[in-house]
Amino acid sequence: MVVSGHSNWPEWIYVGVVIALLAYVGAEAWNVERIVEHAPAEAEVIKVIGQQWFWTFERADGTKEVGELHVKKGHPYKFEITAKDVNHAFNIHDYVILQDAIVGRTNAAWFAPDKAGEYTIQCREYCGLLHYNMRATLYVEE
Amino acid sequence: MVLELQKPRPIWAIMFSTHHTDIGLLYLIMSITFFFLGGALALGIRAELFLPGSQVISDSMTFNRMFTVHGTTLIFLFLLPFASAVGNYFVPIMIRYKDMAYPKLNAVAFWMIPPAGALIWLGFADFTWYATPPYSSIRAPGPAADMWIFGLKILGVSSVLGAINFIVTILKCKHPDLPLSKVPLLAWSFLTSSLIVLVAIPSFAAALVMLLTDRLGVTGFFDPARGGDPIAYQHLFWFTFHPEVYVLVIPAIGMMYEIIPRFSRKPIFSHSSGVFAFVLLSAVSFSSWAHHMYATGMSFTEKTVFMVGTLAAAPASAMHVFNFLATMWGGRLKFTTPMMWSVGGIALFFSAGAGGVANSAMPFDFITHDSYWVVGHFHLFVMGTIAFGSIAYFYYMFPYVTGRMYNEAMGKVHFIMSFVGTVMVFFTQHVLGLYGMPRRVFDYIPLPEYVVMNQIASVGAMIIGASMALWLFNMIYSASKGKEANMDDPWGLGGKYYWPHQAKNPHH
Repeated sequence: MVVSGHSNWPEWIYVGVVIALLAYVGAEAWNVERIVEHAPAEAEVIKVIGQQWFWTFERADGTKEVGELHVKKGHPYKFEITAKDVNHAFNIHDYVILQDAIVGRTNAAWFAPDKAGEYTIQCREYCGLLHYNMRATLYVEE
Repeated sequence: MVLELQKPRPIWAIMFSTHHTDIGLLYLIMSITFFFLGGALALGIRAELFLPGSQVISDSMTFNRMFTVHGTTLIFLFLLPFASAVGNYFVPIMIRYKDMAYPKLNAVAFWMIPPAGALIWLGFADFTWYATPPYSSIRAPGPAADMWIFGLKILGVSSVLGAINFIVTILKCKHPDLPLSKVPLLAWSFLTSSLIVLVAIPSFAAALVMLLTDRLGVTGFFDPARGGDPIAYQHLFWFTFHPEVYVLVIPAIGMMYEIIPRFSRKPIFSHSSGVFAFVLLSAVSFSSWAHHMYATGMSFTEKTVFMVGTLAAAPASAMHVFNFLATMWGGRLKFTTPMMWSVGGIALFFSAGAGGVANSAMPFDFITHDSYWVVGHFHLFVMGTIAFGSIAYFYYMFPYVTGRMYNEAMGKVHFIMSFVGTVMVFFTQHVLGLYGMPRRVFDYIPLPEYVVMNQIASVGAMIIGASMALWLFNMIYSASKGKEANMDDPWGLGGKYYWPHQAKNPHH
């Protein structure tokens, strides 16, 4: 490997350090994701339906909300996310909820809100004319 | 020696030529033209986002069309053809052959691009540069969408033809005295990136035909209502276009490998490690395509596999950075314009790579995915690394192509303004993403954080725009009225550092 007549050992040490850093990032990410992926069994299921250009939320008892979602603080919820026409992405940035809403598929995400207040729900996958305005409001109540 | 502009020829003599330097010149002029067109759209987008609400663009559909054509233009009609310009010009010289292996095919590959560019610009589609179904197959307005599909199809064929030409030229036409291991790194970069093109492009070529027949209503490959799967398109798309990122970045790194040692007045630290990193990078480029798709509902196992595949790309990129720094270490550096652009490009390459490593971590990706973070991240690659490397090489080849010298002071001002502007736009966009601003939006919530960050980004974009106007003036003025370059040593480095001029390359 030595072409230019000098030693290459600094490069190998450097590559070793880079690989060690990458291994750390990968292991940490794997560990965190493994923990956060599983929704608790008692989580209440909310069906989320995205369509051009609004969100519908449907609960197990059949009640529906359009453009707003009311949840209770400290209570776990599991979202089952799908779409009716084209792809969207269901996003509550403040609670790191992001899942694509895809026609013909159901994707899951869960959260247990810990702070009362109003939060923005938005679409994060390009879906046409009014994509920028495809928002809803999350109300976390005491 | 090729002094295109000192030996005036009628324009058709260049247009109908099959000589590699003439085709290189055509690629150069066309790609820079599209750079200014695509850049103008970027300025329009940034002007619109300076404040929330509607500013300079009346409706969101026009805005959506603008960012679609902006992305498509700068990737396919600027970055790729610019690399082809450099490759056509210098690869045959570096491997000591009279021309490319297939000169006529070379001309055909070039002349496919202007009609494709015309289709994309006249259509002005709105479905973003990755055109995902079902939106692109059932909702996107035609004929714009169909024209985009045909334009991309033509560009794909052109890329494949160009790639075949580079591979055959380098492997079969190099001088018998020149072993492959001694081929300059710039030529090696074209060999590896062309191999990636050959393996990667067919998957998107298939997806485009399927998308077209879906749009025509005869099939339902990607339409769930007819039993299709929209996620299949995303896999086919990213299997082509994640490796495509490396197709763009590898030649830019190859260009920096030409520039850094000459202006450090020192041989490259390790030629073999550069070759090794190119080959490694082209192999691992195929291991990470679905890291764009974590949020589509992938299983934990799939996400883990693609995270590891993504992290695997980092050591090879890090080896290039090390090679550059070790070459500069202890060298007698001369910060001329090409050197400044290269060093700036390496700094931004490192930043982009660090952001990429962070982004590959699964939990973090759910914060950044489809937000402005991603926009900032990949622009640090395409603008900060690839365009910087390309502009560096443009200045480096300027005396060779024109026989004249560009204005050094203007070149340096161009660099400083562009570097400051790039940091202002794209570092800020990372922060915007962390605040949760989605990408591809015409309007945003008037949060003070959003407004401030967008304004910094827009001012940065205008600074880049002004610097590029200066570049345009410098190019045109210096090519016609600049002072004659000292062809033995244009930058006064002392010694034979500007070797292409010494190489004998017979016209056919």
